Amino acid sequence: MDLDRLYREHRPRALATLIRLLGDFDRAEEALQDAFAVAVERWPREGPPANPRAWLVSTARHKALDRLRREGTWSRKREELAYTAPASESPREPSEEPFPDDMLRLIFTCCHPALAPEARIALTLKTICGLDVEQIARAFLISPPTLAQRLVRAKNKIRKAGIPYAVPEPGELDERLEGVLRVVYLVFNEGYAATAGDHLVHRELTAEAIRLGRLLHELLPGEPEVPALLALMLLQDSRHAARTDAAGDLVLLEEQDRSLWDRASIREGLELVAEALSRGGAGFYALQAAIAAVHARATSPADTDWPQIAGLYELLLGRHPSPVVALNRAVAVAMARGPETGLALVDELAAEGSLAGYHLLWSARADLLRRLGRRDEAAGAYREALKRVEVEAERRFLERRLGELER
Amino acid sequence: MQYLLLIYENEKDWSALPEEERARSFEEYMAFAGRLHAQGRLLAGEALESVETATTVRVRHGETLATDGPFAETREQLGGFFMVEAEDLDHAVRLATEIPGARLGAIEIRPVMPTPKPQ
Repeated sequence: MDLDRLYREHRPRALATLIRLLGDFDRAEEALQDAFAVAVERWPREGPPANPRAWLVSTARHKALDRLRREGTWSRKREELAYTAPASESPREPSEEPFPDDMLRLIFTCCHPALAPEARIALTLKTICGLDVEQIARAFLISPPTLAQRLVRAKNKIRKAGIPYAVPEPGELDERLEGVLRVVYLVFNEGYAATAGDHLVHRELTAEAIRLGRLLHELLPGEPEVPALLALMLLQDSRHAARTDAAGDLVLLEEQDRSLWDRASIREGLELVAEALSRGGAGFYALQAAIAAVHARATSPADTDWPQIAGLYELLLGRHPSPVVALNRAVAVAMARGPETGLALVDELAAEGSLAGYHLLWSARADLLRRLGRRDEAAGAYREALKRVEVEAERRFLERRLGELER
Repeated sequence: MQYLLLIYENEKDWSALPEEERARSFEEYMAFAGRLHAQGRLLAGEALESVETATTVRVRHGETLATDGPFAETREQLGGFFMVEAEDLDHAVRLATEIPGARLGAIEIRPVMPTPKPQ
């Protein structure tokens, strides 16, 4: 029997229900661990119960009550825990049956806007994904005690400030869902964008983010931004094997070996994009997923529908204006209508100033100048980009490009 | 749960408002307090005189030091408060958004620590 798989499969929802029943994150996590200890001993011998999740919830709940009795806090806690007492003691027996709302409650509580952004991420990875403190700390390059402290503070705030264990009311759902999706995408990008550091940890983060995306898709089937985000992550991740070479150096989209793209992820991603668009999706993630889908459908860079990508960036810029989106649009316009037109847009952005410290502005400019045969100016722009780049693999890429020009 | 809703506004911005707007804001405050009271959620609520009238007191080594001015000089000043009974933080946030000061300044929500009350 694969206990690990059973653990992974049932832990999040069992925990979500236990937090509702016990009213406390730590008590619920502790109790679930106790229940798993019993499962590890019993299940291989007796076989897993017919409904493992319900068994875990019920066993954990009894373990929690045992603990409270042992700790001598029983009488004090009994009143506050009255609703968790067995049916014979209380007529108001809450359902032990995990129901889908519990998982949503947990997700919305972990991503509550009253928690600090880095605490939301830590709490989501720890509580929902089940990563341990060491793993999360390594992924975010902070010390385990710092991360543990962050988690303690977050749980403390949930308890003391009265952050509800609830799904937001319909009027607040869109805004709160946006916050949840942001956490998921941040986790994904933390794994995806990092080309330096611990590769395995980063793969784990992208996998967890995609798993969270699937979970949300199952729980909130009617929200177009949910399949859109899942599609965006799958389509980006499909290029994983192609985006670095054997030396670990970055390979640009147009130079990637497209036979290395993961066809299964692309197929699923394209289906999800279609689903998002059919539900009227035109949000932040839907537009980005639509752009990723155009790239995924192209068999070569020349075969890419650049006018469509430029148009989609135009829409994105209209609804979610940001200098980074404007830069991406400029690059797409350059591909669709020639480097001259693109360069004019990039220069406009450079003059506006908010991206002056952003290495990709300078490398985009350098690339367009290179295509126009203005080699000296291109080299100058690559040097500006190199002054601002932080990720090692990107630095090597820029140095290689500069070297080609100086040759 | 009990929450203290602290209303922070820039006093200069407030006094720069036209007279009729300040009057309208005052009416909004009264209406808000009225709604809270009708729901049995209003525990206390007051407006404060300007920080120019504040005095800060410290006792050090048994000696009292009273100085002119607020405890901390900030861009926005504590101008008033409501103490409310709310279901949870989300509810407290909804209540806070009804305070006119949330539009001009900001509302800080602080949960009240449960402590034994003197009989």
